[in-house]
Amino acid sequence: MSREGSSGAGRPPILAVEHLVKRFGGFRALDGVGFTLNAGEILGLVGPNGSGKTTCINVISGIYRPDGGRVLLDGHAAGGLPSHRLVRLGVNRTFQVPKPFLAFTVRENVEIAVAYGRDPHADPREFIAFAGLGDVVERQAATLNSAQQKMLDLARALSTRPRLLLVDELAAGLNPSELEVVAEKLISLTHLGIALVVVEHLLGFIDRIAHRVVVMNAGRDIFHGGLGEASRDPQVIEVFLGG
Amino acid sequence: MRRLAVRPAPKRLIPMLVILVAVVAAFAAAPRVYSNQLLLFNTIVYLVLAQGLNIIYGFTGYLPFGYVGFFGAGAYGFSLAVLHWHTPPLAALALGTLVAIILALILTPLLRLSGAYFAVANLAASEAVLQIVSNPNLTDFTKGPYGISLEKIYNPTLSYGAAVVTLAFTLAIVVYLKSSRFGLALQAIREDPISAGMAGVNVVRGRVLAWLMSALVAGLIGGIFAWYVSVFYPETVFDLSVSIFAIVFALFGGTATLVGPILGVLILYGIYNVIGISTPAYFQLIYGLLIVLLILFLPNGIVSLIDRGTRRVP
Repeated sequence: MSREGSSGAGRPPILAVEHLVKRFGGFRALDGVGFTLNAGEILGLVGPNGSGKTTCINVISGIYRPDGGRVLLDGHAAGGLPSHRLVRLGVNRTFQVPKPFLAFTVRENVEIAVAYGRDPHADPREFIAFAGLGDVVERQAATLNSAQQKMLDLARALSTRPRLLLVDELAAGLNPSELEVVAEKLISLTHLGIALVVVEHLLGFIDRIAHRVVVMNAGRDIFHGGLGEASRDPQVIEVFLGG
Repeated sequence: MRRLAVRPAPKRLIPMLVILVAVVAAFAAAPRVYSNQLLLFNTIVYLVLAQGLNIIYGFTGYLPFGYVGFFGAGAYGFSLAVLHWHTPPLAALALGTLVAIILALILTPLLRLSGAYFAVANLAASEAVLQIVSNPNLTDFTKGPYGISLEKIYNPTLSYGAAVVTLAFTLAIVVYLKSSRFGLALQAIREDPISAGMAGVNVVRGRVLAWLMSALVAGLIGGIFAWYVSVFYPETVFDLSVSIFAIVFALFGGTATLVGPILGVLILYGIYNVIGISTPAYFQLIYGLLIVLLILFLPNGIVSLIDRGTRRVP
């Protein structure tokens, strides 16, 4: 919250999304969404199902090409670059439905990302331990449970040393004590200067970690600010509770 | 912690190099003790093709039913260079391989397809090349349907030697893919291309390189086949059953391994030669049963008997 104005201090924000448009046929999944994010900041991206949160992350991480608008990393245009280029520029993400390399072991999942990431000399153990997977290092990813696979996604993303991490519903399906552990891990990343966009339906989790939120509806950003203010915003109330 | 897959420790590399040297040495020495050199030669051809298919299918997941197209392209590239420009055989082999690589480059857009669509489109492409080569209107250039005769350069000893060298080269590529970070990256692409991209892997480049490598070895052995047999028809070197054999051998043994396709060729091509020619009915019965049993009980090939699903087989 207090960091919000720091982009005005000369350095461009680590991520700026401007009037982003993504169409699927005639449907505008993103219809002019925009926001900025600074190093060390956590931005919660919230909104009802189908409001474009995951599509937004997919465009920023290079899985979809934008049909309009801009994605700027450190002020440089990065929209439409392939994922591996964005990884080099310091972007990574987790997936709502985790996508590890199922035939690989946990160690291999992380090793491949270390080898092709921004710090090939990093120690894979660092990321495996951070994700709490130290006991299953030699297990095949296919044998992990879904919470472990989500953490493996996180380990793989971190092992490329991102500066911008996009987290898509990491918390869904975790129990309260696991949630707190994950919250602390994500907050600890900001101390390394990593900026996070967190898509989440669990508003308590967002409230715990996010410095501010952007509320999305129908592919647009309808609110920027604190989660508390959002809950009093008439437009947000209408979107979430119906008019 | 060891980082075997990225920086292979000798522990994993040495068994593969031992297998490579043993197989190559066996085929280099075999003509001295076994008189049927043609059978040995054909076995080498299938070893190279099964491993070449392993490169593209085992490591990236693309199953090219028209794989024989690269073999035929190499055979014709070689033969036409010899016939029209009197190119010496080794230089003609380079040209034949180049023709196969150019064909692979032309077909790279097919990599946008996946699964059965890719397999069928690739099969159609191979058939199209066959139709062009065997077109009677091109007889002056390709000899059309009448086939190729290269008796002036016939040299079974030298061409057999070239086949052994090609076998060594092909096995070395697979050893490299099994032990390098590039090979792991290809398998990551096979597992999940989106995640591979997020692991920093250039997915398009990886697929194209694997595709070109597999075309290269097929084109090279195709040229050597033309050199060795020296008389053949278009249907010989574009025969769909060559693709099918290479696919079945590789799948039977187990893909994404070095030993799988080798075992597949030695066992199935062995059975084929023992009973397939003398009693084809029994052969087809046994072959069919073997394949059904394999798919039911060992979908990852016979190497999965050794080590189930841990990808630790050399």
